[in-house]
Amino acid sequence: MIRSIKTRRQAVLVVCYGVIAVFMVFFLFPPYWMALTSFKTNQEIESLKGIPFLIQQGATLKHYQDLFTKTDFLIYLKNTAIITTLVTILSLVISVLAAYSLSRLGFIGAGILGTGVFLTYLVPDTLLFIPFFKIIGWLGLLNSKWSLLLVFPTAIVPFCTWILIGYFASIPRELDEAALVDGANHLQMLLRIFLPVAVPGLVAATMFAFTISWAGFLYPMAFIFSNEEQLLTVGTVTTLIKGDVYHWGGLMAGALLACLPPVLLYAFLMDYYISGLTSGSTKA
Amino acid sequence: MAQVVLKDLNKKFDEVYAVKDVNLHIRDKEFMVLVGPSGCGKSTTLRMVAGLEEITSGEVHIGERLVNDLPPKDRDIAMVFQNYALYPHMTVYDNMAFGLKMRKFPKSEIETRVKDAATLLGIQDLLKRKPRQLSGGQRQRVAVGRAIVRHPQVFLFDEPLSNLDAKLRVQMRVELKRLHHDRLETTVIYVTHDQVEAMTLGDRVVVMKDGLVQQVGEPLELYSKPRNKFVAGFIGSPAMNFIDTTIVEAGGALYAEALGLRVRVPPDRVSRLGPYKGRAMTLGIRPEDLREAGGGDPQDLVFEALVEVVEPLGSEILLDTRVGNQTLVARVDPTVRTRHHQKIRLAFVPDRIHFFDNTTDEAIA
Repeated sequence: MIRSIKTRRQAVLVVCYGVIAVFMVFFLFPPYWMALTSFKTNQEIESLKGIPFLIQQGATLKHYQDLFTKTDFLIYLKNTAIITTLVTILSLVISVLAAYSLSRLGFIGAGILGTGVFLTYLVPDTLLFIPFFKIIGWLGLLNSKWSLLLVFPTAIVPFCTWILIGYFASIPRELDEAALVDGANHLQMLLRIFLPVAVPGLVAATMFAFTISWAGFLYPMAFIFSNEEQLLTVGTVTTLIKGDVYHWGGLMAGALLACLPPVLLYAFLMDYYISGLTSGSTKA
Repeated sequence: MAQVVLKDLNKKFDEVYAVKDVNLHIRDKEFMVLVGPSGCGKSTTLRMVAGLEEITSGEVHIGERLVNDLPPKDRDIAMVFQNYALYPHMTVYDNMAFGLKMRKFPKSEIETRVKDAATLLGIQDLLKRKPRQLSGGQRQRVAVGRAIVRHPQVFLFDEPLSNLDAKLRVQMRVELKRLHHDRLETTVIYVTHDQVEAMTLGDRVVVMKDGLVQQVGEPLELYSKPRNKFVAGFIGSPAMNFIDTTIVEAGGALYAEALGLRVRVPPDRVSRLGPYKGRAMTLGIRPEDLREAGGGDPQDLVFEALVEVVEPLGSEILLDTRVGNQTLVARVDPTVRTRHHQKIRLAFVPDRIHFFDNTTDEAIA
């Protein structure tokens, strides 16, 4: 009996690892391909002989060198970092306040408004960028990266608000009530009690905001024309695809570098993204 | 230290009254318990005093102040919640100090007060821990500690012991009572659905049902002189027996009659019950006011019952008996020897019989 449980457990484990292995290959192959290509020489990339999954003619850092010396990659990186940071902060401030008031203040129509906020998220960028173009133009922000401070949050705020409403609902209401009785006003309660408890929810919202902003392509493509104002996504592509000539090595090097900040952020924040942070506050 | 006065207090959720026309005068330093079944409006009443629930109409006074429009933080109250509501990211010390920090007390004063309260509650060794590292009883102590460091005018307790196991609950109950007597000397409003807690803790008890106050009184007063059938049935465990009877006259005396049972109405009650002659009425008798009949008991207070279940509790025996088509519980001496399916003769304690009007459920004294 004991033995059969043990063998069955092993069988289940084998299946589990098998499935995980398939997914790993599936998800990690593109980055692997990307990294590989970025270290290949142009001759090898364009050669029809050899095995494409391996580097056979020696690795090179030339593509990275070119990226930093011959393109405006660093400007794009700086622009993207500035915009993403500001957009994330701005979106989170708005979302937190919106989610808190929608989930806690219980005013008339809060439920409908909450659903309405979510519905706005469902309107696709491809539909919005034309009217946005007019608005941005009217504000005189065309060809300025600051225009993105206005348009990125339109997609991020609704979804983050929705995530946070859900997370806030899991925080026992007695917790804010205790703080209010203890002498805090709404803002103090929010900053000192509510948000520290809501960290996992805030982390989820931050990750989402950061990713959307970092990877945003359509809006910078539509609103920004000059290199000095351009972001990573659009900048890399427009610089390294000249007509129908694809500089694969440079493209892959740029893409790989562009991936690093989100990956680092995820790795760092995952530690904070632990559930059960509210345990102990109330009886489970 | 302050009295709390509730004047014509109402709370409506949509079209339903959760609390209706509540008038209460809670005296300075009084331990007042609100008790009733769930949904009776006791917690809502407490939350209106706390300022956590908007008042539909009526007034709440704390001390000399009308507090209707004051936020909770300005009412000088402290509250203990059923599920503790400790701040999970703070240590026990910071949990207790939070209210004082919000009120900008000097650091040294905060430290003194927190340490005093912690010592009083026996949690002085836990100050550096986080709530999740504490047991249920310890968490509840921290919640109480967080309330008492503030030295508020009024303490509000919302079912603070309901989440504890039975043994701990009894222990904490005694501690709370001692704390109130010896140390706090502050007005307390305490909400519970547990009538034992209400009886043991309260200087006075408010029994509520369906948003209405049923009776306000000292515990023993509620027990011995319930104003209506609901209070009579709610206070006391096992609950009071209710017997459907008819009032009849025979030989110049009044009797309450049911199948298998005929009890003489005590002479001092005759005048009040006279008008009910020939009508149905409910007779109430507590289990301990039924005893095994002896030779000396007058025959018009004695009846014969069939024992259905015997529950020996050590200090007493509970007998579930059947008389006619009704069941009665009797609480008799542990010396009584009987078994199920046996017959037993029981006697009423005449001055402990209650009568209730069947239409209004009011007690007829």
